[in-house]
Amino acid sequence: MATDGQARFSRSAGDMKMPKSALAAGEKRDDADQTAMMPGAELLLKTLEDEGVEVVFGYPGGAVLPIYDALFKNNKIRHILVRHEQAAVHAAEGYARSTGRTGVVLVTSGPGATNAVTGLTDALMDSVPVVCLTGQVPTHLIGNDAFQEADTTGITRACTKHNYLVKDVETLQTTVIEAFHVAASGRPGPVLIDLPKDVLMANVAYRMEPDKAAAQARYMPQTDPDPAAISATVDIMMRAERPIIYGGGGLINSGPRASELLTELVQVTGWPTTLTLMGLGALAADDRHFLGMLGMHGTYEANLAMHGCDTMLNLGARFDDRVTGLLSGFSPNSTKIHCDIDPSSVNKNVQVDLAVIGDATRILEALLAEMKTRKFKPHKPSLDKWWAQIEGWRKRDCLKFNQTGKIIKPQYAIKRLCEMTANHDVYITTEVGQHQMWAAQYFDFHLPNRWMTSGGLGTMGYGLPAALGVQVAHAGSTVIDIAGEASFMMNMQELSTLAQYNLPVKMFIINNEWMGMVRQWQELIHGGRYSESYSASLPDFVKLADTFNMKGLVAQHADDLDQVITEMLETPGPVIADIRVTKDENCFPMIPSGAAHNDMLLGPDDQAEKPVSEEGMVLV
Amino acid sequence: MSDTPIIERHIISVLVDNEPGVLARVIGLFSGRGYNIESLTVAETDGQKGLSRISVVTSGTPMVIEQIKAQLARLVPIHSVRDLTENDVAIERELALVKIINRGDDRIESLRIADTFRARTLDSTLNSFVFEVTGNSSKVDAFVDLMRSLGDVEVARTGVSAISRGNRIDLEAK
Ligand SMILES: Cc1ncc(C[n+]2csc(CCOP(=O)(O)OP(=O)(O)O)c2C)c(N)n1
Ligand SMILES: [Mg+2]
Repeated sequence: MATDGQARFSRSAGDMKMPKSALAAGEKRDDADQTAMMPGAELLLKTLEDEGVEVVFGYPGGAVLPIYDALFKNNKIRHILVRHEQAAVHAAEGYARSTGRTGVVLVTSGPGATNAVTGLTDALMDSVPVVCLTGQVPTHLIGNDAFQEADTTGITRACTKHNYLVKDVETLQTTVIEAFHVAASGRPGPVLIDLPKDVLMANVAYRMEPDKAAAQARYMPQTDPDPAAISATVDIMMRAERPIIYGGGGLINSGPRASELLTELVQVTGWPTTLTLMGLGALAADDRHFLGMLGMHGTYEANLAMHGCDTMLNLGARFDDRVTGLLSGFSPNSTKIHCDIDPSSVNKNVQVDLAVIGDATRILEALLAEMKTRKFKPHKPSLDKWWAQIEGWRKRDCLKFNQTGKIIKPQYAIKRLCEMTANHDVYITTEVGQHQMWAAQYFDFHLPNRWMTSGGLGTMGYGLPAALGVQVAHAGSTVIDIAGEASFMMNMQELSTLAQYNLPVKMFIINNEWMGMVRQWQELIHGGRYSESYSASLPDFVKLADTFNMKGLVAQHADDLDQVITEMLETPGPVIADIRVTKDENCFPMIPSGAAHNDMLLGPDDQAEKPVSEEGMVLV
Repeated sequence: MSDTPIIERHIISVLVDNEPGVLARVIGLFSGRGYNIESLTVAETDGQKGLSRISVVTSGTPMVIEQIKAQLARLVPIHSVRDLTENDVAIERELALVKIINRGDDRIESLRIADTFRARTLDSTLNSFVFEVTGNSSKVDAFVDLMRSLGDVEVARTGVSAISRGNRIDLEAK
């Protein structure tokens, strides 16, 4: 950054190619205060530039026309025009999760804002940093039921980390600075800024050297752990005989360094490690200490190790109900250490013995340093015994399946996809359902930020727009949406966006012609009454691709699969691959709702023996 | 977790930026997460810094009370959160305006009771009074109950406002 505002001023003015640039449009500049006068909309874009924003996912409308006008003259920020505002938010999420940067959304007032609500809720549940800019009717009309007015800050209060209604253009610059700070720091999340049209049009002084520290001072979450808590953690770790590391999305959100440090911790301790759905990639899948994912559709060994451990080191996971199962039966005999950046996650579902508040990277750094000083050594004989027990569970090979006959097993399709993309720079997104769980089980992740899935909210329709956002961020990489046919239809209007920008996303549809996960629950819990879960009147996906000038492929039989995957990967543009799979496959292992970790269904033979409990039936 | 969770009453004080929507955020947090609000008061306490103080009386298991405090603390416009019930340091006061309509002996009796409660008479007609009574919530409850037995009553209460004993400033701005 130039120290002299004047110098920056003239340089940026020189960069502008358009005649009506922000700085050439007859604005006055005040050298003494290092400010330049401009309309709110232009100040907004300049502040986005200052925040390092390169891409905005959006959709125009009356209330945001001043911003679109400013975008027209701006040559630094790229706008990706989606086809639905929900998709704009998911695209921003995909962008954010695959880069570690904040995703930005721009939508109009009223329906633009309400359409964004699902995406915002998704980002809140999965702690994804997103800044959503919404247009609003002019301030003098707010509250009058004006055309395309919605109480956007009211509606989104519960689905954002924080939101703002900017009523005075003088506060716009600091509001945007604070919004980006809030979205990305602490536990990340979506932040919304509601922008009345008159505020966007009013003239205001843009400050070239804003007091960023002051604008951020209101929100300062603790990132450095308390040394006493770190030392207490090592005390507990020294006594561990049957330990487990349970890592979650906080490791990913903390940045790639956290995953490196986790790997180091695993090497130093030799401890078995499991990851949540959101944490996949934090430890390489082929690390021998990795037990696979835990939880409702986690592996037998991960869940039994969680159940039987005496020491649990939770790093950035939140004891979600998909993970704990029946709370009273959850890991009953362990000392639990919970490391989290969000104090409100501690003791929310599960009472823990020790809480360490801070950023995962800082915690791991402090922990490894403390372990070194204290000459930490794992308790070898008991750890060996523990591993022997775990290896016994591993031998059950809970993810095994038999690809026999011509019909493609969904597990096989994903396994082949994983094997055949091993040499690709690959990013995976998913929709929601069985295919999502199979992707988590059968696709191996070796690095963080490679796996984008809707965990907390479970939003069907997430995967395609998220993949779009990932592809925008990583133009040369292989981006695959592992989709279910029903979920795919929830945001398939985005095919048009892929076509417009020639984003070569590969849509790998695990087509079982059912809302498979719903069908599975109906089979297990509702006596096989398959109420409204059949995917009727599906489009011909090959023809669908064709109408958007994309490649469409179909794999009818197991023999076709490799050829279809190869062709999909070799096609330079977007591809829809319709993978016709077994229609009635269930996803195992499964801990039914209301059951504990040691009460798992391992396969079809188990399901008849262990009917779901009455209490389990009311759970989701 | 014990089988019969103890429900505790806590007074939680919160220092917030006095900005639009801040009360809605606090109330929305309580309703959205199913926490109880027994009473809630809010008013600006520092005009220059634009700070308001919210006092919430809530009840729940110790785990829920801990959650409430943690959830409040992570709201952006909240500067600090204090549980005044911890360590038993809270001085709590509530003010009630009580209108009673009655005649004869009941009227005399209500005046006598008002006197014992050190309530002030703010207004009177031939068959009514308006009393102002201050105290902790149970004192106010007791007063209102007695009045109800003596006539038709209308009550306006402020809700609990509280501060800690001693020489420490509890809630400081960030
Ligand atoms: C927006 C939304 N609506 C409903 C659901 C409930 N739901 C969960 S999975 C599922 C079926 C998904 O079907 P499909 O996409 O074909 O995936 P499959 O389970 O067959 O792999 C449904 C309806 C949801 N998660 N999201
Ligand atoms: Mg399906």
